[in-house]
Amino acid sequence: MNIVMAIIKPFKLEQVRDALSALGVHGMTVTEVKGYGRQKGHTEIYRGAEYAVSFLPKIKLEIAVPAALAGSVVATIAEHARTGQIGDGKIFVMPVDHAVRIRTGETDSDAL
Amino acid sequence: MTIQFPARPFPIRLAGLLMIPACLVASTGAALADAPVPNKGDTAWMLVATALVLMMSVPGLALFYGGLVRTKNMLSVLTQVMAIVCTVAILWVAYGYSLAFTNGGALNDVVGGFSKAFLAGVDASSTAATFSNGVVIPEYVYMAFQMTFACITPALIVGAFAERMRFSALMVFVVLWVTLIYFPMAHMVWYWAGPDALGDAAKAVAAATDPAAKAAAQTTLDAVSADAGMLFKWGALDFAGGTVVHINAGIAGLVGCLMLGKRIGYGRDLLAPHALTMTMIGAALLWIGWFGFNAGSNLEANGTTALAFVNTFVAAAAAALSWLFVEWAMKGKPSLLGMVSGAVAGLVAITPTSGFAGPMGSIVLGLVAGAACFFFCSTVKNTFGYDDTLDVFGVHGVGGIIGAIATGILVAPALGGTGLVDYLAKPGEAVAGHYDMAAQVLIQLEAVCLTILWSGIGSAILFKLVDLALGLRVPQEQEREGLDIAEHGERAYNY
Repeated sequence: MNIVMAIIKPFKLEQVRDALSALGVHGMTVTEVKGYGRQKGHTEIYRGAEYAVSFLPKIKLEIAVPAALAGSVVATIAEHARTGQIGDGKIFVMPVDHAVRIRTGETDSDAL
Repeated sequence: MTIQFPARPFPIRLAGLLMIPACLVASTGAALADAPVPNKGDTAWMLVATALVLMMSVPGLALFYGGLVRTKNMLSVLTQVMAIVCTVAILWVAYGYSLAFTNGGALNDVVGGFSKAFLAGVDASSTAATFSNGVVIPEYVYMAFQMTFACITPALIVGAFAERMRFSALMVFVVLWVTLIYFPMAHMVWYWAGPDALGDAAKAVAAATDPAAKAAAQTTLDAVSADAGMLFKWGALDFAGGTVVHINAGIAGLVGCLMLGKRIGYGRDLLAPHALTMTMIGAALLWIGWFGFNAGSNLEANGTTALAFVNTFVAAAAAALSWLFVEWAMKGKPSLLGMVSGAVAGLVAITPTSGFAGPMGSIVLGLVAGAACFFFCSTVKNTFGYDDTLDVFGVHGVGGIIGAIATGILVAPALGGTGLVDYLAKPGEAVAGHYDMAAQVLIQLEAVCLTILWSGIGSAILFKLVDLALGLRVPQEQEREGLDIAEHGERAYNY
C-alpha cells in the first residue's frame, strides 16, 4: 500500500478528481494548504502599505492506494494537474504499513 | 473677545442653535405674539436626517472599520464603536447638549453652562432656531440631531489605535474627551443666538426713538451678538463639522496612535484587512448617512439643503475616482479599498463647505482631497512610520483640514458658492454679506489651527492621564491573541 500525496493548483482539483475516479480511485482526502516553491508570491497593497505574500494557496490530496495502482495514480495526477507553468505542484509517494476501516474493522488492502 | 455687530457680515449657516430665551428679546410681548411654529416638512426631514447620521456610526462606521482590521479584532472594533455611541448619547442628554448649546456665562466663548442639564426646560413645545428668519424646528429634533454628531466623533478616533487599546481605558478616555474636548468645540463653532434673536434685537434698535432707548436697545443687540461661541464670532465657517468633527477626531487619533505606539509586527507582518466586503458596505452606509449629516446641517428642508445634498454626492464621487486613478498610476492597480477610502475622504472634505460651495467647486475639492489623502495615507505615513491603523488622521484629519480651508475659497459667489449672509443689514431678512476671500481663508486657517491645538494638546493630556490610571494598551500576549478573545471573550467567526 502507498499514500500518494500531491500538492496541486486549486483550480485543477475537479479535473484531477474526475480522472482518478475513472481510474478506479474511490476516495481521497483534500486539504486547503499554503506554501511556496519556485513560484514567487505576489504583492498586496492596502492604502499604500505593500505586503509581499509569499505563501500561495494550494490543494493537498492524500490518496491511499494498493501499491500496484500507485504508478498510474501518479501518472494521472501528473497529467491532469499540469499547466506547464511554475507552481503546478509536486507529488510524493510514501509506503503505508497498516490500514483499518473503522466501521467494519477490515484491515490493509480490504480497508482501502 | 467682543464683536462689533453689524460691522462684520454675519456668516450664515454655522449649524446653529436654539432660540434665545425670550427675556433677551426687547419687546417680549410682540416676539411671543408671532413666535414661529415648526413646519411639519422641516421637522420630518430633520428626524430622518438624525436617523441617517446614527446609521453612519452603527452600522456604517463600525463595518467600515471592522472590515479593515484582522479577523481576531473584528468584534473589538464593533464593540468599541457601539459602546461609544451609547455612552455619548446618554452623556449628551445628561449635560453634553447643555455644555454645547447654552450660554456659558463668563466661559461662553469656549463652553456653555448647565442650564439645560438633563434637558431641563426642553419639552415638546420648545423650539430651536435654524438659519432662516422665522423658521424653527422642535428643540428635541435639534438636540437629537446634534447628539448623533457627538456620538460619531469619538467613534471615529478608535480607528487610529485599533487592534491594541484596552477597552476600559478607551471608555474612560471617551467620557473625558467628549466632555472636555468635543462639547466645548461644538459650542465654540456652532453656538449662536439664531437669526430671529439677532433680527428682533436689531429691529428694536431701529425702532427706538429717544437716545436712551436706543442705547438700551443697542446694549441688548450687542449682548445677543456676543452670545455665541468664539469661532463663530471670528466668522469661521463650518457647515457640518469639518473642525468640530473631522479635524477634532483626526488630530485626537494621530495623538492616540503616537502615544499607544505601533502594533506588534507593524511593518513586518501581514496586517491586511480581513473583510473588504464589509468595508465596502460600511463606506456605502457612510455615504448615504452623510446626506443626513451634511444636508441635515441646514436644519430645515429648502434649496440650500438640496445644495448640500448635491455637493455631498459629487464630492464623494470625485474623490473616489481621484484616489482610484492616482493609486492606479502610482501603484499599478485600481483598488476597491482605495476607491472607498477616497469616497470617505471626499465626504470629509465637503463637510464644512457642503452648504456653501457650488457643485463644481465641490468636484474640484473632491479631486484634491482624494489625491491628498492618498498621499498622506501611503507616502507620509510610511515615511514617518506612525501606525495610524485605519488612517483616521490621513483621511479625517487631512481631509478635514483641506475642506475647512477650502471653505473660505469655495463660498465665493464668483466660484459658484453661496457667499456670506448678513442678518443685521435688513433686520428680519437674510441678505448677502460682504465677502473677502483672503480674509475668509485667514479666518478658516485660524479656526483650523485652534482646532488642531485644542484637540492635540487636550487629547495628549487625556491619553496620558488614562495611561497613568489604567494603562492604554493591552499586554503583548493579549494583542497577539486578538482583542476579541482577550477583551470580549468571543470571536467574530465560528466555522
